[in-house]
Amino acid sequence: MTTLFTILFDGVAYGMLLFVLACGLAVTLGLMNFVNLAHGAFAMTGGYVCAVLVNNSGWPFFAGLPLAFVSSALIGVVLERALYRHLYTRSHLDQVLFSVGLVFMSVAAVDYIMGSSRIFIKLPAALEGQFDFFGVGIGRYRLMIIVICGLLTVALQLVLARTRFGSRLRAAVDDPRAASGLGINVPQVFAFTFAFGCGLAGLGGALSAEVLGLDPYFPLKFMIYFLIVVTVGGSSSITGPFLASLLLGIGDVAGKYYVPKMGPFVIYTIMIVILIWRPNGLFGRTATR
Amino acid sequence: MTALPDLSSHALASARWRPAEIVFWVLALACAFLFPSRYLIMTDIVRLALFALSLDLILGYAGIVSLGHAAFFGVGAYSAGLMALHGVINEPVIALVAAGLVATVLGFLTSFLVIRGVDLTRLMVTLGIALLLEALAERYSDITGGTDGLQGIEMQPILGHFAFDMFGKTGFFYSLIVLFVLFLLARRVVHSPFGLSLRAIRNNPLRAAAIGVPVNRRLIAVYTLAAFYAGISGALFTQTTALASLDVFSFERSADLMLVLVIGGTGYLYGGLIGAVVFKMLQEFFSTITPQYWQFWIGLVLVVIVLVGRARIHRWALWLPNLVIRQFAGRKAVVAIPESDAS
Repeated sequence: MTTLFTILFDGVAYGMLLFVLACGLAVTLGLMNFVNLAHGAFAMTGGYVCAVLVNNSGWPFFAGLPLAFVSSALIGVVLERALYRHLYTRSHLDQVLFSVGLVFMSVAAVDYIMGSSRIFIKLPAALEGQFDFFGVGIGRYRLMIIVICGLLTVALQLVLARTRFGSRLRAAVDDPRAASGLGINVPQVFAFTFAFGCGLAGLGGALSAEVLGLDPYFPLKFMIYFLIVVTVGGSSSITGPFLASLLLGIGDVAGKYYVPKMGPFVIYTIMIVILIWRPNGLFGRTATR
Repeated sequence: MTALPDLSSHALASARWRPAEIVFWVLALACAFLFPSRYLIMTDIVRLALFALSLDLILGYAGIVSLGHAAFFGVGAYSAGLMALHGVINEPVIALVAAGLVATVLGFLTSFLVIRGVDLTRLMVTLGIALLLEALAERYSDITGGTDGLQGIEMQPILGHFAFDMFGKTGFFYSLIVLFVLFLLARRVVHSPFGLSLRAIRNNPLRAAAIGVPVNRRLIAVYTLAAFYAGISGALFTQTTALASLDVFSFERSADLMLVLVIGGTGYLYGGLIGAVVFKMLQEFFSTITPQYWQFWIGLVLVVIVLVGRARIHRWALWLPNLVIRQFAGRKAVVAIPESDAS
């Protein structure tokens, strides 16, 4: 029974992490309909920035996290303004090619600068080890992930649903023409959203160094996971991707524990079945855009 | 009603062999005698060209964007390898066709998944199938040899006469002949009414359905055919290199393939062939400058191609040949790429 709870706990932590990593993609892919396979590259950037700051410059871990966010967001906004915005109206094939090119470049560049081996971020002592909670082993680091990601999720939902910026974003996504007719600066909204999504990915990348492992092939290895979160979750709100990440996280951890030999087989099969059954995702809108 | 004879004569005219095409194949054959020391890389190019031809059939003619075409390549490679290893079918040509048929069966079965849904779902499903097969091959490593790959494949002589030599001469001519035969078949297919209906589907599926084209059945047919081609190219890979390992299924293989096709241009069959030559030469060039980091430059090429625009690049590339033709033949350019908005 306690193993079940431990699996559940680890799965939730993993899922939350995936959500923070992928929710930027949920906006670009799900809402703006841009196939951005390079999303993992932004996460990797954040992770490496945090690693360099903490390991080499001796920054405290909690100061490295915001910096990971800021650096990824900055790179995101520069790339969006310089390159991505030209491709919003292009075909999906062009978008796929472009983002695959970016992935290849980022992988080789990080390999060149940082070396190809997996890196770790030095954690403060308070986050190491685990404690017992009614017989269930709770990892401190994973608990922190759940807390941070949970807060972020609530904040995101509030921003999207309650603030003026949130309603602007939803309007811009639903109908860019009508939105700009109403005086909403659509390119600015998109650029800001894109940068914010990249920042979240960077933060997720920094957090995931301990759990998922951080090496130059990160964008390729986890690309499929991000895509699963978005396509299975659908794009109607952030609740869909959130539930999908939790499902994916718990499913993956449980799968690795109970049927370790099947590897990622279970996840891919489930994804294909769900996509065949509901091409717009589990929680997607029925109308295709 | 008067449009009908026009249409058929137009289709016939476009199906006729042009001088440039004959020159292309004569050049390809000439390469075999011009560079006798480079057989291995040229075999590599031919294999890649066949693989790209396969993707062109579904991407250029039917508009299906696939991120997991390596699935069929891998299945073909492993079937050919296993057949040679366990002595099921020893004769390479029959084994080649058999491996292609295995991939065809897989293509037929998965085509039902692919025709459902829109672009994004297709991307995910094709990618998922390739990853699934990779995971399966890793799981059953006692059959596939896992990360080490299949060891000790011995190839029998082709048709019992032509043994594979260590310089790759036999392998090259074998691959070139296979490519040529399959190219002829593909050329026949895309210029047939079937091929024309595929183009109609690519341009507008709804309209194609409205004029009576059975959209789903055509897509299943061409997807299955493309799987056969990819399987054959995978089998060629195993037969000419005598190895098959997990990386036949890798995402990089599928992604590189898209780059090959994009360099050459989609929707006129020669794109994959020209793209394969250019891609391999670029790869050689980049890996002599930076052996470990050539992927960076390949990525840069992709980004630049997309940003400049695929149609515009082809116009630049064809500027000189077209100028020459205009000067000497005094007519409009014949070397034109019908660049499509494959989306």
